[in-house]
Amino acid sequence: MAIKILTEHSHIPGIETFDVYRKNGGYTALEKAIKTMSPEEVVEEAKKSGVRGRGGAGFPMGMKWGFLAKPEGVPRYLVCNADESEPGTFKDHYLMKTIPHLLIEGMIISSYALGANKSFIYVRGELMYVIQILEKAIAEATANGLLGNNILGSGYDLELVVQPGGGAYICGEETALLESLEGKRGNPRNKPPFPAVKGLYQSPTVVNNVESIANMAWIINHGGEAYASVGIGRSTGTKLISASGHIKKPGVYEIELGLSVEEFMNSDEYCGGIRDGHHLKALVAGGSSVPIIPAHLVYKTANGEDRLMSYESLSDGGFATGTMLGSGGFIVFDETACIVRNTWNFSRFYHHESCGQCSPCREGTGWMEKVLHRLEHGHGSMHDIDLLVDVAKKIEGNTICPLGDAAAWPVASAIRHFREEFEWHVSHPKEATLPGAVYKGAAVLA
Amino acid sequence: MTEIPTTSAFTPERLAKVKEIIARYPEGRQKSALLPVLHLAQEQWGWLSSEVMDQVAELLSIEPIEVYEVATFYTMFHLQPVGKHVIEYCRTGPCCLMGAEGVYDHLQARLGIKTGQTTPDGLFTLKEVECLAACGWGPVFQIREKYYMNLTNEKVDSILDELSK
Amino acid sequence: MEDNKPQVIKITFDGIEVEVEPGTTIMQAARRIAEADSSQHHLVPPAMCYYEPLKGSGGKCRACLVKVAQGSAKDTRPMPKLVPSCITQVQDGMVVENVTNPAVLEERKGIVEFLLLNHPLDCPVCDQAGECHLQDFAFEHGSAKTRYEEERRTFEKQDIGPYVQLHMTRCILCYRCVYTADQITDKRVHGVLGRGDAAEIGTYIEKAIDNDFSGNVIDVCPVGALTDKTYRFKNRVWFSKPVDAHCQCDKCSGRVTLWYRGEEVIRVTARKNEWGEVKEFICNTCRFEKKKTSDWVIEGPTKVQRSSVISANKYRADVIKKPDFALKLAASQYKPIDDSRPYITDDQTIRELSIENNNKANQRSLAEKN
Repeated sequence: MAIKILTEHSHIPGIETFDVYRKNGGYTALEKAIKTMSPEEVVEEAKKSGVRGRGGAGFPMGMKWGFLAKPEGVPRYLVCNADESEPGTFKDHYLMKTIPHLLIEGMIISSYALGANKSFIYVRGELMYVIQILEKAIAEATANGLLGNNILGSGYDLELVVQPGGGAYICGEETALLESLEGKRGNPRNKPPFPAVKGLYQSPTVVNNVESIANMAWIINHGGEAYASVGIGRSTGTKLISASGHIKKPGVYEIELGLSVEEFMNSDEYCGGIRDGHHLKALVAGGSSVPIIPAHLVYKTANGEDRLMSYESLSDGGFATGTMLGSGGFIVFDETACIVRNTWNFSRFYHHESCGQCSPCREGTGWMEKVLHRLEHGHGSMHDIDLLVDVAKKIEGNTICPLGDAAAWPVASAIRHFREEFEWHVSHPKEATLPGAVYKGAAVLA
Repeated sequence: MTEIPTTSAFTPERLAKVKEIIARYPEGRQKSALLPVLHLAQEQWGWLSSEVMDQVAELLSIEPIEVYEVATFYTMFHLQPVGKHVIEYCRTGPCCLMGAEGVYDHLQARLGIKTGQTTPDGLFTLKEVECLAACGWGPVFQIREKYYMNLTNEKVDSILDELSK
Repeated sequence: MEDNKPQVIKITFDGIEVEVEPGTTIMQAARRIAEADSSQHHLVPPAMCYYEPLKGSGGKCRACLVKVAQGSAKDTRPMPKLVPSCITQVQDGMVVENVTNPAVLEERKGIVEFLLLNHPLDCPVCDQAGECHLQDFAFEHGSAKTRYEEERRTFEKQDIGPYVQLHMTRCILCYRCVYTADQITDKRVHGVLGRGDAAEIGTYIEKAIDNDFSGNVIDVCPVGALTDKTYRFKNRVWFSKPVDAHCQCDKCSGRVTLWYRGEEVIRVTARKNEWGEVKEFICNTCRFEKKKTSDWVIEGPTKVQRSSVISANKYRADVIKKPDFALKLAASQYKPIDDSRPYITDDQTIRELSIENNNKANQRSLAEKN
């Protein structure tokens, strides 16, 4: 059995309650941290673990904590990013509803490490039922002396607040999230200053993803080095993968980083393979924002090495032949999926979610959507395909926040790998617009 | 449906809740309570009229425009009256791979309305939304806080039958 | 630490060295160069959203993106992405490429195109023509043709109060008027509503923008979205004669520019500096109600930029030459950025990435040493 750091107890009935969580070893890490370790020692363990941001960026969490400014007399904040909205990603949703105390425990440990006395969990507003689950868990933890004043007699105080969003993907960007938490429109901030210096209420702030923080309980119990021994290379530990699309068993799976993509896709423990009678056509490995890759680059890199579920292996080949682990939104396409339609769909998403603050993203996302809509509906020209590539290039890297890149990459990669399919939509508009029509020439894996 | 006059005040219970929410934030940062309070307001009135938003502004000691700016930015807030049940239907890629488009066609046909419209009996409003973070369990829609997952035409029919009772 | 900071910072901007105070932005440094030598005026990055007197403005339109070829004397690496010059502070030894970098010019062409996607191309019937920053920007940096074939968004004109008209169709969402209302007036009643390309400036429920300083939103608007109803379509700006004047006013400085048609004062505005910015905002009484020469003490003709349409017919190619960016031609040979560069995603920031790269480099050099 593969190692489970986050989901070991998730199948236990009642694990969402304090008592059952406690009986299964819950909050022992918190006791250990708060009673026997200094905040600096906790930060040190996080650094040793090598755990990387699980929201998509993959930046080492311990290093991020290390950047936190600590001026005298200024409060510091920890904000948990639970605004999970990246298409293809639903792991935080699963984790919070199944085993909420794991996040609460991680939040208390992390807040202690950072010296925050008030911490926030910003949950997307649509997940109101999960917010209720978290608030119940917080009430239980408070009733048991694990939250509030003088936690476990340590003299350390912490208040934990669950904040609902209002329906905006952009609030998953950390500075937009902070703006939203301040009761404003979710417009990302220009950086610098970075949140570590000026974040929430202009105070030093760390923003971490749900899954990143949930790892802290295990890291404290077993040590950062033990965590770093799991996984492969700089991709330490395990990762929750949200699997969706044309597979037999969609769902959330915890994998040890370094597992081969082929095993993850086909093993009965995970996705269970492509649905019967169908063939793999393409994969979006890390949520809608990362480049889509065609079937022949899914199990093997361009160099012929096994493609692994790790930050490094998935991005092997750069944008030409690789992709990214991102947030772990594993979307599988079989031969019935129309890449043009899907690209238009994703493009509509980014157009809808652009905050509208900076001009390349505000105007460019809408432009791309309209051109893709035209192509998909049989009114496109060959010239439109090049136009899309150029517009994507002009957005990429030139926006305030990474939403611009996230909008550009799916379009650029789809055209890079499936150009013939786009051209077929132009050359065969009648056929291409029949209901359910899909280009038959794309290579698939048997 | 019975319309609640938008000029009416927050219920005492909700007003107490507003106070409790404001107390969560550091002093002078009561604007942080805006999103939770707007959710609370929408829970009471079903939608956010300008009168309701003005009330919220006053409770939080901020300018009304600050509330309008925020309420129009976030897609969960209804700025027009809506039906008793607002069906928020996910239209994003992964759900579409699971046949969401076909099920949505069925839903529209069954209700006899299109996106953004409300049934004449005031029971259902249909709204398309982007990814609801339930991609492995798609097609998905939500009504208030409840998620309805792995939808099929048949499942949609039985949900609507249940809600129409 | 603080004490060791240099009192004067030296940077190189398009090959020109300039000394500025710490805390200066790249844009300000470029403006200092042009202020010292007016022949360098064309080197200053265009600003569509940035407005120096308004705190928090800038960073949005991306018109002023430049290449930082060297971060500082200490850290000589280039910055991985183009940076907004209006909000990026200079570092000692920084090397900035603006019009000398083809990638910058290419991107700027893209920004013009983006801004014009949803902007009507009807300058001949727009009241702002001749003093429109978008018109200037498009003239200097844009293409003659548009590649946009889709529908443009349009709005009805809207009166906000007795003096100001909002034509949202022309708005480029620079947020300047929002900052102005926040910082100059006592109460803001308008703002940005909606989001993405559906965002609009508005009051939500019809409300007059009505306070002593509300008229200043007209002066800060870079395009013809907010216009003076007492002046609309009275005259083309290049047929008007601007004259500096002042009066005793208990609300504002009373220092204004009067715009004459013949003997008639047809418009009063605040005075703008050579960057088109108002330093002294004026009250509505001065702006809208003092339209007689006898209301004012005349100082003399307003100093107008040589290159301005107001002093010469800028848009006639035979009169004023379009700025010639020597490297514009080279832009056609510019190679696209390599696809294999590192990704910056989600909340990973430039700084973090640079630190990561730095660490990698350190590890490499350590490994070499060992």
